[in-house]
Amino acid sequence: MPIALIDYGAGNLTSVRKAFAAVGADLFVPTTPAEVEDATAVVVPGVGHFGATRALGADWVSAILARVGEGRPLLGICLGMQWLFEGSEEAPDCAGLGLLAGQCYRLHPSAPSGQGPSDAAERIKIPHVGWNAIELRRDASIVEGVPSGAQVYFTHSFVAPVTGDTVAVTDHGEPFAAIVQRGHVAGVQFHPEKSGEVGLTILRNFVELVG
Amino acid sequence: MLSKRIIACLDVRDGQVVKGVNFEQLRSAGDPAALAARYNVEGVDELVILDITATLERRRALADTIRAVARELFIPLAVGGGIRTEADAEAAVAAGADKVSLNTAALADPSLITTLARRYGSQAVLVAVDAKRDGDGFAVYARSGQTTANRDAVEWAREAEDRGAGEILLTSIDRDGTKVGFDCVLTAAVSRAVSIPVIASGGAGTLDHFVDVFTDGRADAALAASIFHYAETSVRHLKDYLHQRGIPVRR
Repeated sequence: MPIALIDYGAGNLTSVRKAFAAVGADLFVPTTPAEVEDATAVVVPGVGHFGATRALGADWVSAILARVGEGRPLLGICLGMQWLFEGSEEAPDCAGLGLLAGQCYRLHPSAPSGQGPSDAAERIKIPHVGWNAIELRRDASIVEGVPSGAQVYFTHSFVAPVTGDTVAVTDHGEPFAAIVQRGHVAGVQFHPEKSGEVGLTILRNFVELVG
Repeated sequence: MLSKRIIACLDVRDGQVVKGVNFEQLRSAGDPAALAARYNVEGVDELVILDITATLERRRALADTIRAVARELFIPLAVGGGIRTEADAEAAVAAGADKVSLNTAALADPSLITTLARRYGSQAVLVAVDAKRDGDGFAVYARSGQTTANRDAVEWAREAEDRGAGEILLTSIDRDGTKVGFDCVLTAAVSRAVSIPVIASGGAGTLDHFVDVFTDGRADAALAASIFHYAETSVRHLKDYLHQRGIPVRR
């Protein structure tokens, strides 16, 4: 059951592999696009800049899209989830995979707070770093056994829009898509590999999608 | 709403957790992997390993400690102490660190912040600011509090943000290990000045100290060591207490 973990030089592969191993799945890192052909599923991790996905040239994109076209599951994590969409204002000249409709955009920080003590809780800082709650909007296999209100670990500045593909939203001054799923294509804006038991449950759900 | 984070810090020397008062008088507090496992079960939000006597020949021992701690941990792990070069950061990340914490090295060469932020993303770069009250301001110290850096803490935190730091780990040297409470004036001053998260450290002694630093101190996260190591307070008990007082926490 080889699941391909795509390395484009921006992700923490160690943590993702360790977390998948904890739910009984072995990941391999393909070194050429041809090796993606052997994959039963594809995981695209990532932190950093949307432009980093440029490291995956047209060969990689077509290899990944070919697997998805064959019905093999795809999971995007953080930047990897944003890459599922059409693009991002972080790198306007860099196209996403376009599997999901919409453009990613930067969260809006609140203005630096005044001097009063009452505004401390309201200040929205960017990047959005830390544990925040996910609110489920609909049922989906990726969130099987995950309660609405569960907390997961985020670290990002850009987000994907809330659309019909959104499974769960999180609020950080504004609601954004925390989990998306469209058939066998899923994405999470947070880091399941850093989100304790809730994160491991989501990875387990993805592995079950692989069958 | 974003939860306020509770971060446990393991000050490690020669592979053992130690904790001092005012950076001195170190006493042993146990095996890092065992402590990490306990905190994970208790619901700590993040872990920091600080290698407090990092030297060249011990770097391999630190990597072993990171690996042992990271093995069963599915929460963020930051590593600091002795991260002097890009290669040091690379070794820490390769061993399983999600974030590296820069202190003395960033003061000596602030461009290191930018170098690491470009390579790993800002979320992976903490800048640790050790500050001491100095008249109406706060002076930055380097080398584990031993040398003045001739910098103002608020101004240095701003520069660190501009250079690409993702978070500020702010320690009050005056309060470190004293258990008389966080320096909320220092924490609020830095938190107001930057738009990245500020982790308050130094002085945690009671549950109310955490309430104070999340309200008056405007901290995004609070870090403590000895209050947790000696099982004086469990993380779970602390979070229940904060929740009852209307402070958002992950439970």
